[in-house]
Amino acid sequence: MAIVERPATPALQLPPGAAVAERPLGVFTRPTATTGWRSWLTTVDHKRIGIMYGAAALFFFFMGGVEALMIRVQLTAPDSKLYSADLYNQIFTMHGVTMIFLVVMPMGAAFMNYLMPLQIGARDVAFPRLNAFSFWTFLFGGIFLNTSWFLGGGANGGWFAYAPNTSVTFSPGHGMDFYALGLQITGIASLVGAINLIVTVLNMRAPGMTLMKMPVFTWMAFVTQLLLVFAIPVISVALVLLTLDRTFDANFFNTAAGADALLWEHLFWIFGHPEVYILILPAFGVVSEIIPVFSRKPIFGYPFMVFSGIAIGFMGWGVWAHHMFASGMGPISVAAFSMSTMFIAVPTGVKILNWLATMWGGRITFSTPMLFAIGLVTMFTIGGLSGVTHAVAPADTQQTDTYYIVAHFHYVIFGGALFAFLGGFYFWWPKVFGWILNDKVGKWQFWLTLIGFNLTFGPMHILGLQGMPRRQHSYKEGYGFELWNHVATVGAFIIALAFLVFAYNIIASWRAHKANPVNPGPDPWDSRSLEWMLPSPTPAHNFDEVPTVSHLDEFWHRKYAEDETGKVVRVATSEEAAQKGDATNVHLPSPSYWPLVLAAALPLIGYGLIFSPAFAVVGGITVLLAAYGWGLEPADDPEAHHAHAAHDEHDEHGDGDDGPGDDDGDDSPEPKDDDDGEVVAASVKESSDDE
Amino acid sequence: MSDHILTLGGVQEEQPAHDAHATSTGISNEKLAMWVFLGSDCLLFGALISTYLLLRHRSTTGPEHLRVPKDVFDIPFTSVSSFVLLMSSLTMALAVGAIHRGDIRRCRAFLATTALLGATFIGGQVYEFTAFKREGLGFTTNLFGSAFYTLTGFHGAHVSIGIMFLLSLFVMSLRGNLGPDKAETVEIFGLYWHFVDIVWILIFTIVYLIP
Repeated sequence: MAIVERPATPALQLPPGAAVAERPLGVFTRPTATTGWRSWLTTVDHKRIGIMYGAAALFFFFMGGVEALMIRVQLTAPDSKLYSADLYNQIFTMHGVTMIFLVVMPMGAAFMNYLMPLQIGARDVAFPRLNAFSFWTFLFGGIFLNTSWFLGGGANGGWFAYAPNTSVTFSPGHGMDFYALGLQITGIASLVGAINLIVTVLNMRAPGMTLMKMPVFTWMAFVTQLLLVFAIPVISVALVLLTLDRTFDANFFNTAAGADALLWEHLFWIFGHPEVYILILPAFGVVSEIIPVFSRKPIFGYPFMVFSGIAIGFMGWGVWAHHMFASGMGPISVAAFSMSTMFIAVPTGVKILNWLATMWGGRITFSTPMLFAIGLVTMFTIGGLSGVTHAVAPADTQQTDTYYIVAHFHYVIFGGALFAFLGGFYFWWPKVFGWILNDKVGKWQFWLTLIGFNLTFGPMHILGLQGMPRRQHSYKEGYGFELWNHVATVGAFIIALAFLVFAYNIIASWRAHKANPVNPGPDPWDSRSLEWMLPSPTPAHNFDEVPTVSHLDEFWHRKYAEDETGKVVRVATSEEAAQKGDATNVHLPSPSYWPLVLAAALPLIGYGLIFSPAFAVVGGITVLLAAYGWGLEPADDPEAHHAHAAHDEHDEHGDGDDGPGDDDGDDSPEPKDDDDGEVVAASVKESSDDE
Repeated sequence: MSDHILTLGGVQEEQPAHDAHATSTGISNEKLAMWVFLGSDCLLFGALISTYLLLRHRSTTGPEHLRVPKDVFDIPFTSVSSFVLLMSSLTMALAVGAIHRGDIRRCRAFLATTALLGATFIGGQVYEFTAFKREGLGFTTNLFGSAFYTLTGFHGAHVSIGIMFLLSLFVMSLRGNLGPDKAETVEIFGLYWHFVDIVWILIFTIVYLIP
């Protein structure tokens, strides 16, 4: 990305020659808006994409939350007849699928997209347009999945969708088709996003930012993306096989034709267990950023933090069959996976002890982000311990398919991932939006969430050990399930109340900010990593000048140093150490319509496979055209550090003629050649503001 | 042609400097992304091949003689088409070499040859599929049919996408848009093409040769 010196006003006008190049297929002009809704549709800014991931995740969280409440309402009392067994199946399946694929994963993606480039000192991700494509594909995939409610009913085979139970024979509606195709689409989003972020971490680090100087959050994001890159293709294959079976009468899961019912289970859990770490590792990263800041200490045992994350990333591939202890796969497999599952508790335990050691002796401030972070440490530990009990195969065969399992995974995913992300919202909100969420209301939210959470999922341990099975739409009286189900439902509504408090906090804090705007400054919490070096909200171009990094916790080391007695003293205020954010004429990647168009075509193919091939043909042609439109559109080289690199780029696409006369112009600073004007939507705006 | 190359040589000189300071690893973003994608694709084919290995001898439906893979295959025919595909890797490598030397015309010719060899392979696959279908082995006939067509079909789709890329590169070079500055694009595509060929070596061995 170059800092391009050029006059601002003429840049707004496209030279006539360039206009042709900007309409590769004669369809679109290059979008230039920087404000208004259209700018959000075409944005390639990793920060805006991160915000949209977060907003979409909260929207789907609302849907998944309503589904959760519906489940709890049904189960409050025995013999409840509110919904039929089939509708109940749809509700709990869609609750699980929504919360995992459309809430926790994109919420992690929101933090990773927004923060990771900032933490490594980059101006954007490696492939900004692909990043936009990932987001839109995820969003359309999620919407596609949820349209099943209006087109014959939601998926009803559980989030794990065990085949052949999900074959047409046992699940005749279209729900499982939507499941298979919808997750296929969101899988494409995750895979593309993962490749993008891996390349970003490896290639776009600021000078001096070695791998072992990267913040723990960036490290955990990196491990997560590696897990995604290798896990997604496996679920993709499983989903393809399921679609082929359901739509094209293939035999993969047709046990009558000799198929093996374990095939799906293996394929699904080879993806499914790394998926668990895909959900939790970004949350571990978030907490590893929050705890040191509010304990006024560096993270304890940074290399251990990093390598335990990597170890989880590796070992996560060797434990999948602990989901299958009851499937009859044989004693040797059971023993082996039992052992490996016990071992994977070790690196997780290392992390928990390191967080505790970070807090030990620190000057702890119990503000809202810290409370949520401590919430993760405690709640995740409970979930982790009940997880270790699953590793004991004989015990697990008793626990499996009971509410004990439901309790366990809610303690790790809600008590783990969601607590961390809520803390992350409070922590980075001022950085993202330039105003701060009310801490007092936040504390109310935390305590309500904590109480509601434990009331909901704590009793499920007991229910499970009493033998209450999962996924059943009602239970009979007299088994002793009444009391704890009652408590769980009350707890669920307390959680709902807690999220209403969150919504209230967002609105009220925003109103308070509007009435009396106070900028929180670049560094409201006296933090440690590079994103706090930028003004709040982060300017479109991120860094005025890419920082040169010499320490882990670089920003902290720019604020504090040791005096001659070895005592740590403050050497600069946050404002002095931070950048001003007033650079102009920074060359930013151009917005584009193509990611949106390409992503929108994918659900069409999905509908086509379910309802009528005509949609699929239209979708397929759109994909093809969009791919070529994308390919022919002048790409911006995000890491071109000087103006003439951008010129090269345009020359190749612009003239379509490499004739002998083409050797000039590449390096000449004549204004006529300055066709990156259209490119720099954001900076044009900025520079014209400035002048 | 020669002054053409000379002209573009000026552009080429800038290229290494541009790449060197651009990324932390020294590898360009595009190339690194292709490597990561290929790593991911390994798992895709890994899952498909495992599925095939699990299911190939388990068919219980359809005609008896179509349940055992070795009774169905025409090994000599597939060996020839495999040879054709492997030769396309050679021409792909030659195309990459040519564009690195700045020899656009030769690069174009080798790209076209690669596409042609790839298309011949796909033609062979289409012929093979129709021949099996005529014998009675459809996609839905039995487990072996489903697993075989899916695995080889996925590979065929990879080759077909590769051919589309090759043709796009070919058209770009005809229009003069494929100069030595694009050598890396051709090289990155070459990685994909070689990967697809290597996967075929695995599939050919596992599906056709191992009884």
